[in-house]
Amino acid sequence: MAAGKDKNEIALNYRKLYQEARVGWQTLRQKPLVLVGTATCGRAAGALETLRVFQNEIARRNLDARAVEVGCLGHCYAEPLAVIYKEPFPPVVYGYVTEGMAARLVEDYLVNDDPCLEFALAALRPNPLLPAFADFPRGQYENKIILERCGLINPEEIGHYLARGGYGALAAALQAQPAEIIAAVKESGLRGRGGAGFPTGRKWELCREAPGSPKYVICNADEGDPGAFMDRTILESNPHSVLEGLIIAAYAVGAARAYIYVRAEYPLAVERLRTALEQAGNKGLVGENILGGDFDLEIEIFQGSGAFVCGEETALIASMEGNPGIPRHRPPFPVVSGLNGRPTVIDNVKTLAYIPPILNQGAQWFKETGTPESPGTAVFALAGKIVNTGLAEVPMGTTLRQVIFDVGSGIPGGKNFKAVQIGGPSGGCLPEDALDMPIDFDSLSGAGAMMGSGGMVVLDEDDCMVEIARFFLDFTQKESCGKCTFCRLGTKQMLNILERITRGQGKPEDIDLLLELAEDIKAGSLCGLGKTAPNPVLSTIRYFRAEYEAHIKERRCPALMCQDLIVYYILPEKCERSCDACVGGCPVEAIYTNEDRLKVIDQAKCVKCKSCLDACPPQYKAVIKLSPPEKLAEYNKGQGI
Amino acid sequence: MSFPERENRKKPAGGEEEHHEEEQVKEKTREILRYCSNGRASLIPVLQQVQENLGYVPETAMVEVARRLGVPEVDVFSIVTFYNQFRLQPPGRRQVKVCMGTACHMKGGNIILDCWERRLGIGVDETTADREFSLERVACVGCCAMAPVTLINDAVHPKMTPTRVDGLLHAYQLEKQQEEGATP
Repeated sequence: MAAGKDKNEIALNYRKLYQEARVGWQTLRQKPLVLVGTATCGRAAGALETLRVFQNEIARRNLDARAVEVGCLGHCYAEPLAVIYKEPFPPVVYGYVTEGMAARLVEDYLVNDDPCLEFALAALRPNPLLPAFADFPRGQYENKIILERCGLINPEEIGHYLARGGYGALAAALQAQPAEIIAAVKESGLRGRGGAGFPTGRKWELCREAPGSPKYVICNADEGDPGAFMDRTILESNPHSVLEGLIIAAYAVGAARAYIYVRAEYPLAVERLRTALEQAGNKGLVGENILGGDFDLEIEIFQGSGAFVCGEETALIASMEGNPGIPRHRPPFPVVSGLNGRPTVIDNVKTLAYIPPILNQGAQWFKETGTPESPGTAVFALAGKIVNTGLAEVPMGTTLRQVIFDVGSGIPGGKNFKAVQIGGPSGGCLPEDALDMPIDFDSLSGAGAMMGSGGMVVLDEDDCMVEIARFFLDFTQKESCGKCTFCRLGTKQMLNILERITRGQGKPEDIDLLLELAEDIKAGSLCGLGKTAPNPVLSTIRYFRAEYEAHIKERRCPALMCQDLIVYYILPEKCERSCDACVGGCPVEAIYTNEDRLKVIDQAKCVKCKSCLDACPPQYKAVIKLSPPEKLAEYNKGQGI
Repeated sequence: MSFPERENRKKPAGGEEEHHEEEQVKEKTREILRYCSNGRASLIPVLQQVQENLGYVPETAMVEVARRLGVPEVDVFSIVTFYNQFRLQPPGRRQVKVCMGTACHMKGGNIILDCWERRLGIGVDETTADREFSLERVACVGCCAMAPVTLINDAVHPKMTPTRVDGLLHAYQLEKQQEEGATP
């Protein structure tokens, strides 16, 4: 395709961009540099205020230093995060950087030379001064490929990406034949990171060979799984890596137009993508004659409108065409007949982000990580009852136990692990016994779950498994597009049954009925949403049947979570007369003082909001939950009330 | 919302003011439509812009959009009701969105939603009588590490508790009093 002259020009143009960016980056790095993570997670914790303090303090003291915004390092539990580069010290990461701490870091570290190691989380690189991330148990497993630059470069500054060799893979790709790129991606064994795990190279090849033009490439950033935030973080932290992958994909399949389909719930991701797109356009990396060669590509951002089912590729296409997002039969697959009936490749954000590193370092290098069937790394979003909430990138084949207990540091508050919900509404809950299973695309399906896109919610002894199943059914039932009867009505029926059970009105035959309905819904639904909707129920019945039975037979919630099956009670022998923390915490004035000057809950007023339990000082621990509610009478009798 | 009867319905029942509002909606919608390309593919982006400008998608705007893009009115209505993002009622000045993702749910998101409902005296998808607050539940906003979260307009409030709900409401009340005090 590219003639000899073109090739030289592409290489020259890229060289120029790279060198320009390199100079800019080195000038920045010559002086002390403060990076503040301002992705959505950081902003929620107050990172913008922290950044402002850094900038104001630096300006006020006339320091020769800079404070800039970066994305997310993945250590969301310690937000706001800041990284400070100051020679001769190693780059140090600070966690929980409040405004006061920011001011102190400027004074003590930037002005003087005390790196305030008492605030430090770790260093970025191994060094003699303090431990680095690699020295922690987490570092043994972490292997960052697509998260490598997240949190270390400014996502709104294309120069930062270019200076780290960004768009180099694109320049190389444009000098090669599309077939060579497809061959390299096929050789790497990269599988789609959206959940289904279809080989990416094969998909590209099918699209390239399919008759019809124009062809389209769509980046699927409609990350709808509750509990998953990997795509958001990548788009907010390193949007250029996704753009680069997208442009390469378009060149490989021969598309002249590409789209990025982003959720409307991710306003910051949309904003940063727009900035990235504009900057890439200005540098000649998007648009006509990319890098001076003869490849043209227009990229457009399409915002989703809050329908979970649009993550399914045919529904996504329907919504881009201006129709309700309702999936259709496959085949024909989108690679043959997609957007406007033309061949279309739809790839997940993470899949595209893997493309530049694979082309830069070779298929062989990529295959060295992970398992033979699923090469590379997996990105997990850790949330729920886990100490280190945030993102972790580990090689495929790492076990769940390693991810939860070594990378995530286990369960907070000394509680016991109960289950891990993996794969969102399509996945399942796995108990302790399943933790030693290595995770890859195929391994979890036997256990009744799936890796899916990588959302992992850890549950502890206080979480009710029936309630979590009800939660997911409630979600899928609301999000069902309504096309298939079994999905539309079946999920509704399952939800009704689960609601009854969590209210203590379950019947003995309910469990069998749920299992039967689940099979029917799986068999009678067209798309992934319906086919996998019963998974959370099936897996919880499989591993936690006793809990369902306790709800049905004894009207008791063993985890003390289902609101209708519990009451709050203040133990008189533990209640401290001089304390009234619970009274202040109660939003409905349900707590009063009795004639013994002890606190008592008026059950008629109580809304079960848990405020009293949280307010009760830990040295008393007088507030407890009782289930079933009938137990209350026993307790009251015991006290002679 | 009954489209077929639209022609027969008596015009501005609410008098001058309502008529004026309708004209404004029409004008804004036309302004948005001026720059879009024809056909069904622009439907969702246009409706998104309408909502961004007006806060919701009124019937008048839907009719204008349908006419200009050459799409049946019923299809526009079907899009607006299919997708969760579109609102048929004007929102409150402060839109309270309670996250109901998995992580938030497991950390007591429903308790937080109960609290907002109780304090604001409205249910989900409703607006207070003074149009100060509206309440919505949203699917995961991707801040699972900070669960449970509530969004008020675009600001994310992490690690919510019932007392924080009261605190936020109190802060808004003070802010409102100050505003009123500043412009007597």
